[in-house]
Parts: sequence; C-alpha cells; structure tokens
Amino acid sequence: MKNLFSKAALSVAVLAMTSGMAGAAGKGISDGVVKIGVLTDMSGVYSTLGGKGTQVAVEMAVKDFGGKVLGKPIQVIGADHQNKADIASAKAREWIDNEKVDMITGLLNSGCALAVQKLASDKKKITMNTGAASTDLTNKACTPYGIHYVYDTYALGKVTAEAVVPSGGKSWYFITADYAFGHSLEANTTKFVTKLGGKVLGSVRHPLSTADFSSYLLQAQSSGAQIIGLANAGGDTTNAIKQAREFGIDKKGQRLVGLLIFDTDIKSLGLNVAQGMQFTSGFYWDRDAATRAFAKRFYAIHKAMPTMDQAGAYSATMNYLKAVKAAGTDDSDAVMAKLKSMNISDFFAVNGKIRADGRMVHDMYLMEVKKPSESKGEWDLLKIVKTVPASDAFMPLSESTCSLVSK
Amino acid sequence: MEISFQMVMSQVMLGLNNGVFYAILSLGLAVIFGLLNIVNFAHGALYMLGAYVALLGYTSIGPLLGMPDFHLSYWAALIVAPLVVGAFGIVIERTMLRRLYKFDHLYGLLLTFGLALIIQGVFTNFFNVSGDPYEAKPEILSGVVNLGFMMFPKYRLWVIVISLVVCFGTWYVIERTKLGSYLRAGTENPELVKAFGVNVPLMITLTYGYGVALAAFAGVLAAPIYSVSPVMGSEMIITVFAVVVIGGMGSIMGSIVTGLLLGMVEGFTKVVYAPASSTVIFLIMVIVLLVKPAGLFGKES
Amino acid sequence: MNKYIWIAIVILGLLAPFVVYPVFMMKLLCFALFACAFNLLLGYTGLLSFGHAAFFGGASYVTGYLVKSSGLTPELGVLGGTLFAALLGYIVGSLAIRRQGIYFAMVTLALAQIVYFVALKAPFTGGEDGLQGIPRGKLFGLIDLGHAYTIGGSPLGLNLYYFVFVMFCLGFWIIYRTINSPFGQVLKAIRENEPRAVSLGYKVERFKLLAFVISAALAGMAGSLKSLVFQLASLTDVSWHTSGEVVLMTLLGGVGTVLGPLAGAFTVITLQSELSSVGSWITVIIGSIFVICVLLFRRGFVGELGRLLKRSL
Repeated sequence: MKNLFSKAALSVAVLAMTSGMAGAAGKGISDGVVKIGVLTDMSGVYSTLGGKGTQVAVEMAVKDFGGKVLGKPIQVIGADHQNKADIASAKAREWIDNEKVDMITGLLNSGCALAVQKLASDKKKITMNTGAASTDLTNKACTPYGIHYVYDTYALGKVTAEAVVPSGGKSWYFITADYAFGHSLEANTTKFVTKLGGKVLGSVRHPLSTADFSSYLLQAQSSGAQIIGLANAGGDTTNAIKQAREFGIDKKGQRLVGLLIFDTDIKSLGLNVAQGMQFTSGFYWDRDAATRAFAKRFYAIHKAMPTMDQAGAYSATMNYLKAVKAAGTDDSDAVMAKLKSMNISDFFAVNGKIRADGRMVHDMYLMEVKKPSESKGEWDLLKIVKTVPASDAFMPLSESTCSLVSK
Repeated sequence: MEISFQMVMSQVMLGLNNGVFYAILSLGLAVIFGLLNIVNFAHGALYMLGAYVALLGYTSIGPLLGMPDFHLSYWAALIVAPLVVGAFGIVIERTMLRRLYKFDHLYGLLLTFGLALIIQGVFTNFFNVSGDPYEAKPEILSGVVNLGFMMFPKYRLWVIVISLVVCFGTWYVIERTKLGSYLRAGTENPELVKAFGVNVPLMITLTYGYGVALAAFAGVLAAPIYSVSPVMGSEMIITVFAVVVIGGMGSIMGSIVTGLLLGMVEGFTKVVYAPASSTVIFLIMVIVLLVKPAGLFGKES
Repeated sequence: MNKYIWIAIVILGLLAPFVVYPVFMMKLLCFALFACAFNLLLGYTGLLSFGHAAFFGGASYVTGYLVKSSGLTPELGVLGGTLFAALLGYIVGSLAIRRQGIYFAMVTLALAQIVYFVALKAPFTGGEDGLQGIPRGKLFGLIDLGHAYTIGGSPLGLNLYYFVFVMFCLGFWIIYRTINSPFGQVLKAIRENEPRAVSLGYKVERFKLLAFVISAALAGMAGSLKSLVFQLASLTDVSWHTSGEVVLMTLLGGVGTVLGPLAGAFTVITLQSELSSVGSWITVIIGSIFVICVLLFRRGFVGELGRLLKRSL
C-alpha cells in the first residue's frame, strides 16, 4: 500500500514538472482540447430564453468554425445551474479543476454570474457572459477575464427610459426582482428617469419566480404612478403582465413597462396581451438577412427563434475561437488580449468592441410589439423602432468603477 | 405611502383569496392526519398534479386520443382532476402507506416526502418551471367586479365562494353526519369501530383519497390565477404546514378558520411592512406554540 | 467498534485527495458530519428534526460573514458558526421538545423556515445571491488555506482539505464519545421508552435539549466548513430541501448506527455528482430511493449489514 502510494506520488510529481514546462512555453492548446462550458438555467424561470437553446447556439458556432482550432478539437459541455449561485460556482469550480474548461458562457442570472466570474477569474479562466444583466459584472466586480457580451441593466434602463419618459411616462413605480439583477435594473432605470425629469414614487420587491403578483400590482396601482416598471425577467415579467390585465390595471391609464423582455416572453404572452409594449433588446432575429439566416438554422434545431442570449452565445463562442486562433494558444491572457483588440462584427453584433472593463459594446434596439394584425407568422412579433448606437447605449468608460479602467 | 382604508381592504381581500387555498389544503391535511396520523408531505405535489390534470386535459388529452377538437372544460376539470388525483392517492395508500401503519408515524411523513420529490421531479422534467398558462377560464368568470374599494376579478371571487362551500361542506359531513361520526370514532378507537362492522381499512383508504382530492380541487382552482408550474405546490406546502400547526393538527374547523385568518393577516402585513409578509405566519406559529402548544383549536395530547 | 475500522477511515481520509477530486471529498466530509450530527438526534434520541438545515446553513452564513466582513481567521470563523448554531439549537430545541413525534418534526420545520426568511431578507446575507466570495483565509493567521499545490497539472488545495478532515474527525469523535457515554445511554433509554426514563427519575427534557444542542452545534460546524470550501453561503443551505436531504442520508445509511450516516452521505453526494447531467431526474431518483428505503430498508445499508453480521456498526 505504502509502496503503491509513493510510486503514484512520483509519477504525479513528474507529470507536474512536464506540464509546468508546457505552461511556461505559453504556446499551443493546453491539454490538447479547447473546452467550452455552457453553464446556465436549463430548467428554471429563465430556461426558455436561455437554457438548452444557448447550448445549441454554442454547438452551432463550434461546428461552423470547423470543430477544430489550431488542429485541436473543440468540445462543448453544458450544465444546469438552477439559478442557484452555489450550484453554479460548484459546477464551475469542478469544470475548471477537473474538466479543464477554458471558457464558460451563458451564465443567466446575475447572482450566478457574479459568483462564477469571480471564481473563474481567480483561476485565470475566461467567462463570456451572454445571459446576466447586472452592470456590477463590469464595474465593482469586473475582472481581467470576464466579458459581458450581450446587454446590461444600464443599456436596458437608458434606452427604455429615453423612450418612455418623453412620451408621457413621468412618474414611475417599480416591481423589482429581489436579487442582484433586479436591484441593478431598478437603480439604473431610476437614474435615467430622474435625469430626464421624471419621478420615481416607490418600489416593491418580490422573490425570484413569484406566482402571484396581485398584491404588488395593487401597491403599484395605489401609488398612482403613470408607469409601472417591471424590473424582473422571464416568467416573472409575463406573470406580472398577465395579472395586471386580470385586475384591469392597464385599462385605468397606468402603463406597464417591462425593462427586460425576450422574444420568448412575448410568445408566451401572446400579441393580444403584449401589443404596443416597448422595450430594449440587443438582438432581433428578423433584423436583416444575416440574422434571418442564422435564425432559420437555429430554428431547424431548437424549434424556436433565437433570443439575444442565445444568438449572443453563438457570437461569443465564434469570436472566442477566432481569438484563440489568432493568438495561437488558448492561454487566457493571450486570448483576452486578442479579444479586447479585435473588432466584433457579425450578424449579432454591429460595431462591436470589447472594452477594458470587459463590456462588449454594440448597437442596441428599441423594440415594439406588433399588433396581431401586423404579424405575419408565429414568430413575427416585434419591430425595431430605433437603433441606438453602441456609444450611446452603454455606460461610458469614464463612469465605470472597474479597477481595470485607467483614468 | 400612507395607509388608506382602501389599501388595507384590497390587500385583505387578496389575503382572503390566498387564505382559501391555505384553508382547503390544510383541511385536506387535517382530514388525513385525523384518521391516518400521517402528515402528508406529498400534499403540495398532489395540488400541483390537480392543476396539471386540468391543464393537460385542456391542451393535450384531445390530440392524444385522436380527437383534436376535444378540450376538457374548466367545469369538467373541477370534477375530473379530483377524481383522477384521488384515485392516484388511493393507489398510494393501498400499495405503500398501508405497509407503514404498524411502524412509527414518522415513516409516513418520510414516504410522502419521497413521493413529493418524485412527482415534482417528473413534472420538472417535462414542463417549464416558470409555468404554463391555463387558458380555459370560462367566459362567465372573466372580468372584474367593483367592490367599492377595489376592482376584484370575478374569477377570484368565485374561488373564494366555492372554496368556502367545499370547506364548510366537508366540516358538516365530518362533524354532523353519521358517516362523519364513524370517521371520528375510527380516529379514536379503530378496534371498536371495526367491531361495529365498519370496514376501517376501506374507510382509511377513502379518507386519504378524499384528502388528496381536495388538494387537486385547489389545484384546479389555482390554475387560471397562477401559471401552472411543477413547483407551485412545494412553494405552498411549507406555509400550509405552519397553518396546520397553528390551527392544531387534525382539527377540521381549526384548519379552515386558521387558513382563512392567516391569509388575511398575511395580506394585512403586506400593507404595513411588506418584507415581513412571508414570515408573519411563522412568527405567529412560534407565539402560538409558546402559549398553546397544541395549536389554537387542538386538544392537549 | 473495531479499532481497525477507525484506522482504515483515517488512512482513507488522508489519502483521498490524491485520488478523488478534493472539493468533492470536502463536500462529502461536510455532509457526512452533518448527517452524523443529525443521527445523534434521530438515531440515538429518537427525535426527527425536519429543520436541521437551519443550523447547517445558519452557521455557514455566520462563518462567511465573520471571515469576509470582520476579517476573522478561518478557525475563529468556524468556531463562531458553531457557537451560533449551538445557540440557535438551544432556542429551537427549547421550543420544539415540548412536543413529540410528528409535532416535533413540524415545529422544527417551521422554525427553520423563519431562519430561511431571515437569510433571505437580512441585510448581510446577500438575499437570493447568497454570501459570495468568502475568503478561505489563513489558519491561525499562518497557513494559507487557499493555497493549492500543483500536482500532476491539477491544483490540489491540500491545506484546506486537511483542515476540513481534522475538523471532521474532531466532530465525529465528539459524536462517538457522546453516544458511548452514560449520557448517550440515557438518550437511548429515552428513545426506547420515554415514560420509563421519566419514572427512573431522569429529567428527560434536559437530556433531549442537550442532545439537540450538541447535534445543532455539530451540524453548524459542518455548515461552517462548507462555507469555507465553496466560499459561498446560500439559501440552499438553509432550505427545507437540505433538511430533507440529511434525513435521507441518515435513513439510507442506517438510523442509529455509527457508520450509517457516513455511508448515506457518501451515496447521496456521489449520486448527485455523478447524475448531475440528467437534470431533474435526479430529484426523481433521490425521491425513489427515499420511498424504497422507507418501504423496504428501514434499517439502511449499514443497519442491514449489521443485522447480517449480528453486531452493531
């Protein structure tokens, strides 16, 4: 027994030395494979807008890239974090320690995202977040290896407030999901509402995945605010909107504004309920020929049109692989340097650029839900009202509190 | 925000709406506990199952049977779902729970806990946790009623009325009829009741079936209000347990009254200090336990 | 119990991190300790607590807070978490032991739910996000628990592992001593026949309460260690699912056996990690194990084995 152990220890030590040398050379692909982990909500409130579809998108990107980079295979693994930060960080830790995952994407849910970004960065691994929204990811919690790819609460709050406040939505009341994301969305939107001369009358917080919004809606109603801002997402947003209809709140001159809405939410609400609503998005499948081409291929596999999270995961993976190729290695520092220096331009991102704080800035869109009469098909749900250029949509670097930004 | 009479009344009304669900679920638990001495941990899962029977009956059963135009209506679901789930409960009782009566009652709790995990796990696998809408709300129950202090959806009003009817109907049968007296006697002294020629095992089976059928009935009532989701029961069940403890376990009237009251207290708390609304029931429970360990309506053991 | 079994456990524990992923091993040790602490109550006193997550999770929050915000060293953090759990155990226990059987289970469940809501709403817990980024810190201000030795290309956090292992052994030893002390004999007497224990002149309530406090404290120690391992204290730790899980571990391994909870924790944690790819089917599998266990193997693995070998394990 003792003998066996010392032998094992010896071989382990030899291995350590050799792999140490390989690391020192800093070239090529470590462990002979590039592994991409899709860690997201696969079964919970956000699973329809991310979930398995995100993994499908990442797998598509790998396939389109050719399945190999620098002659080494690319592998995709996926897991469900169930919107629990503990499961997310345990999984990420295991992936990085044991599976040698090089990049983690998806990461819906800001609580999970913050936990994983910090952990991965401690271990020098890249996270490309396509799902979460909190601006903390590129501000006080920013890391050298964290990229925030698709959207954030600053852009959502700014674009939507700029559309709603001038058109008669001066007073607001928030119904907010009670965790990092909701708080961040409420805070950012509040900032713009007040800046534009509006007023916030109050807010109420609800737990993630709430079934009954009636009492929150009632509080919002009795506040007398013109706008009821929904600082939540997914099933929570659709539930709140439906129940507002049930109580006839929208018929009394108060307007519901969803601050984060995905195509899939509109789909589940139906155009009848949702028509006329305006919100901000980073992507719409029916924008141009390129987005339609991608959407069609995605639909063939997933049986639903891609949301911005899913399309973003494709784009993130593609650009990550391009950066690996250009850097000639999957070493995180080299890849990050490449990612931050290249232009991101594909069907997903227009005028894309990854900044020092990890924020990927690109054009954002103000969307409006079509009337049932305007819709020509099952997924013909939205129209783009306004395109907001990258430089206007996102928080300027000068405002960022990220320690990586040199001022 | 100042507290207006209108605000308080509205929240209390919504609280009552939640309260009837507490009442009907804790009533089912009390009925089961009274005769079987088992805390039915699967109650929440069976409530969820009831909602799914209604949902699937409306959306999927027709196409499945080759009749794409067939939809199980809401009214039919109110009858069918409790029957289906009640039958399922009877199977559980006959095949599993029955084997445990000779052991510690805690095993019943553990068994039903396991069953709850299984049922919830299966549904989580096939259905979205964020829930699916149940669209079969009858036209006659759509729209709102003006209660003076608020606009209240007709459907919720219907839920309150029918739940109260079912609750007090059950109470009447158990406390005031001959059938009920057998049940109560069976609780006290099964051997004696057996000697009178009553089939006690059958009575136990049917009681369990009725208890879970109540849960399924509540599930159907809930379906048009909340979206139907695999976790709708597990979120509810712990609160209902607290209601049962406060009311006094096994007490029929206790469970009904406590359920209604606590729903309203919860609604009232939302006006005064909203963050405490989910805790207030448990705080009340601690106080009740300190002052009256057997619960408000329970008998000292 | 056989001396060789002890030695085998210690050797296995010392060598494990070289063979098995250390974080997995540490998780296992934490839950094993949790289950053993729980078993002290269920197996040796006959009290089914359905709220033990409150102590496990509550202590993990306290440790996390102490280490993260007050900059305490990890051993003091664990001590703080354990003491907190003991205090909480005293409060919950005093309320709960007034009732018996199912009532006891319901009362503990509901009280644990209050702890859950506090964890959700209190300003320092991070709400739904949990308490994140808990530093592992330096043991006695000297040994860096976050340090990882690179062996075979993989980082091995041996410092932390051995710290967790030593704490586990300490906890396990306390439980073992408790069971085999005169105090433990009285507990067993209460479990077997409470009225008789009363008539023999024992102050049953005080014995039960003391057992409850010890059990809670050790469950808290397990939770404190877990928060250092995962650098996170979250709502999962205080939820009733965790309370159910520890019941399952104990039941599966064997209620009232010394080694049962270890075997149970090992089985459940391994299942969870091996089957994590099957999504929610894991809930179904765990539920099924629960049902099968209750119906067929009420003694659990170790209990059944002990019956075959005609000795207690």
